[in-house]
Amino acid sequence: MTMACPACAAAPLAQDVASGPALQFSLPGVHCAACIGKIERGLAGVLGVQDVRVNLSLKRLSVSGQVNPDRVLSVLEDLGYEAYPLDLAALDRARDTEGRALLTRMAVAGFAMMNVMLLSVAVWSGASDATRDLFHLISALIALPVVAYSGQPFFINAWAALRVWRLNMDVPISLAILLAAGMSLFETLHGGVHAYFDAALSLTFFLLIGRYMDHRTRSAARSAARELTALEVHTADRVTARGLQTVPLTALAVDDVIAVPCGARVPVDGVLISDAALMDRSFLTGESAAVAVTAGQALQAGEINLAAPLRLRATAVGEDTSLRRMAALVETAENARNSYTALADRAAQVYAPAVHLLALAAFLGWAIATGDMRHALNVAIAVLIITCPCALGLAVPAVSTAAVSRLFSAGFLVRSATALERLAEVTHVVFDKTGTLTMPGVAVPEALAPADRAVAKALAEASHHPLSRALVAALGDTGAVAAEEIREVAGQGVELRQGGEMIRLGRGPWLGADFPGLGLRIGTAQAIPLEVTDGLRPGVRAALAGIDLPCEVLTGDAEGPAAQLAARISLPVTANARPKDKLRRLNTLAARGGKVLMVGDGLNDTAALASAHASIAPAKALDASRSAADVVVLRDSFADLPMVLRVARATGRLSRQNFAIAAAYNFIAVPVALAGFATPLAAALAMSLSSITVLLNSQRMRSLK
Amino acid sequence: MNVLVVLIPVSLILGGVGLAAFLWTVRSDQYDDDKGNAARILLDDE
Repeated sequence: MTMACPACAAAPLAQDVASGPALQFSLPGVHCAACIGKIERGLAGVLGVQDVRVNLSLKRLSVSGQVNPDRVLSVLEDLGYEAYPLDLAALDRARDTEGRALLTRMAVAGFAMMNVMLLSVAVWSGASDATRDLFHLISALIALPVVAYSGQPFFINAWAALRVWRLNMDVPISLAILLAAGMSLFETLHGGVHAYFDAALSLTFFLLIGRYMDHRTRSAARSAARELTALEVHTADRVTARGLQTVPLTALAVDDVIAVPCGARVPVDGVLISDAALMDRSFLTGESAAVAVTAGQALQAGEINLAAPLRLRATAVGEDTSLRRMAALVETAENARNSYTALADRAAQVYAPAVHLLALAAFLGWAIATGDMRHALNVAIAVLIITCPCALGLAVPAVSTAAVSRLFSAGFLVRSATALERLAEVTHVVFDKTGTLTMPGVAVPEALAPADRAVAKALAEASHHPLSRALVAALGDTGAVAAEEIREVAGQGVELRQGGEMIRLGRGPWLGADFPGLGLRIGTAQAIPLEVTDGLRPGVRAALAGIDLPCEVLTGDAEGPAAQLAARISLPVTANARPKDKLRRLNTLAARGGKVLMVGDGLNDTAALASAHASIAPAKALDASRSAADVVVLRDSFADLPMVLRVARATGRLSRQNFAIAAAYNFIAVPVALAGFATPLAAALAMSLSSITVLLNSQRMRSLK
Repeated sequence: MNVLVVLIPVSLILGGVGLAAFLWTVRSDQYDDDKGNAARILLDDE
């Protein structure tokens, strides 16, 4: 090899060529400086890696250089971190331009507010006549362009609502900002005593803080959806006269012959051409046992090929596959959920008309009583400014931002903006079994020698069978022996010839043993049985103990495993539930007034996930299930599940407290404004104090356990 | 009161400098990983 290794390329030009697109991974487990150091040092030594950077806030890792993603994943696994590769095309939204624009507007408003406030202090402390007018004029010169620039998000939203004859929170906000600025300009030009430029600016500033927080929360939800799309494959291997050709799923046609490698998902519906195959249908049906299929039998999109590579002839592609039809079922269910009105919108529906009527009443009252139009208008505008739309605008976003980041640090991605409010109302919890509460597990006998463990791990790592995966997990940090000639025998097991000995891991009869289940046989020694258990996902017991709501399990699995689970966790379990049965059960509960939280991972749960009042899915769930769920659990353990409900309830409680605080300020400030005693100083104090109280109250979310 | 002619422009310029500095920090991605930056000062191998 005379070619320079990409990692050593010194010339800047060569480096640019070699760096290629950066790989991105989601790392739910990083939490401190030590993690950053460990990961960055650990990956720096991997061949081809040029640059490693951990982003602790986003819990993301980016690796640049010509490097194999699988290699990075295995290094991360050895370091003890769960990692999920992210789809670059999906992440390639360039930058968060909207968030950045909001931040810039907020900064401009903040700096302008400080300057104008400084000038206002002089006016409040007694500047008069020409000096006051000069200060007001300078304030106007700063405030007017800033209001025009920074207030745009409110003006645009308010206009969008007004155009269709509706009111939203932005209408009173825009009106208050514009009227305050306009009236102050008029007063300034006519030598008036009161100008509200600082109020117009601080209103804009505080509300932009709320808007930016809201945006951060929502973009966390959006990026969660984007991040996880990468787990799904969007290409297939088509068999052509010239050999295998990798094509996008959309390019496949009926009657195409498609090759499915071992461990991959079947991309389309079809019939099997190969002689035999072993399929994992747990995602589709909830069955925990692998299904043997023979030539000519039907395969459904979404099944996983467990044994040797297989070929199939496509019978339905694209929108016609059963997978797609199921997704269509989900979309109809989701529309129903979208009609949920968020707490902030409900508050705005009450607040906006009330404030406008109050201001109008103040204007009419003063106009009739005194006949002084200018003074009446001043009072009406003071009412609009002083009713604290700031505290109301901050009430929900400040709490939900704190809640979402609290959940994010515990490994939960909140995907939907109203998810927390819906989760707080939940009265029933329904679980799926396979893949959600249980994961296939293998009990490794204590007596197994370390050398045998290493061989078993090497064998297990070579196969995609769920039991092999479970065995790898059960063997934990045992190092695998280096073995190259591992052969997988479809439907039987894996074997390896080492030092003249045949080592086999697989079904009992194939090993020549007298037990039917999984076993390991080394050479001519007695086969060692490995007991297969339907292992509980870690943390399930803790989660069930912590949830104070009625729980039940709906599974597509057979009676046997279902009854076994029922005995272990003492919950009512319904077996043989098809997707429609799950949906029917949820509708029955909903009809009785229950609000159901569905926790599931499979395609058979998708319709239930989408139609439930709220839903949670593990990160390893199918694409369709994850996109139907409100919250995605990035950790393997479910132990923190009760925390999601606690945080959701606390979110509702704190938001309502914030509304109460804002209302309390209004009770004091509004009568003062109505009576015509409001001054710009009083407005500034009321606005700042109420906003800061609301922000501080929201921070109590941090101390929630 | 003539001192105002100097003081007001000075305060505006200082405010403007602060604003420009903030905009620079936004443009140069300094708010992308606040927790990470806080943690990194504890690492001594960089």
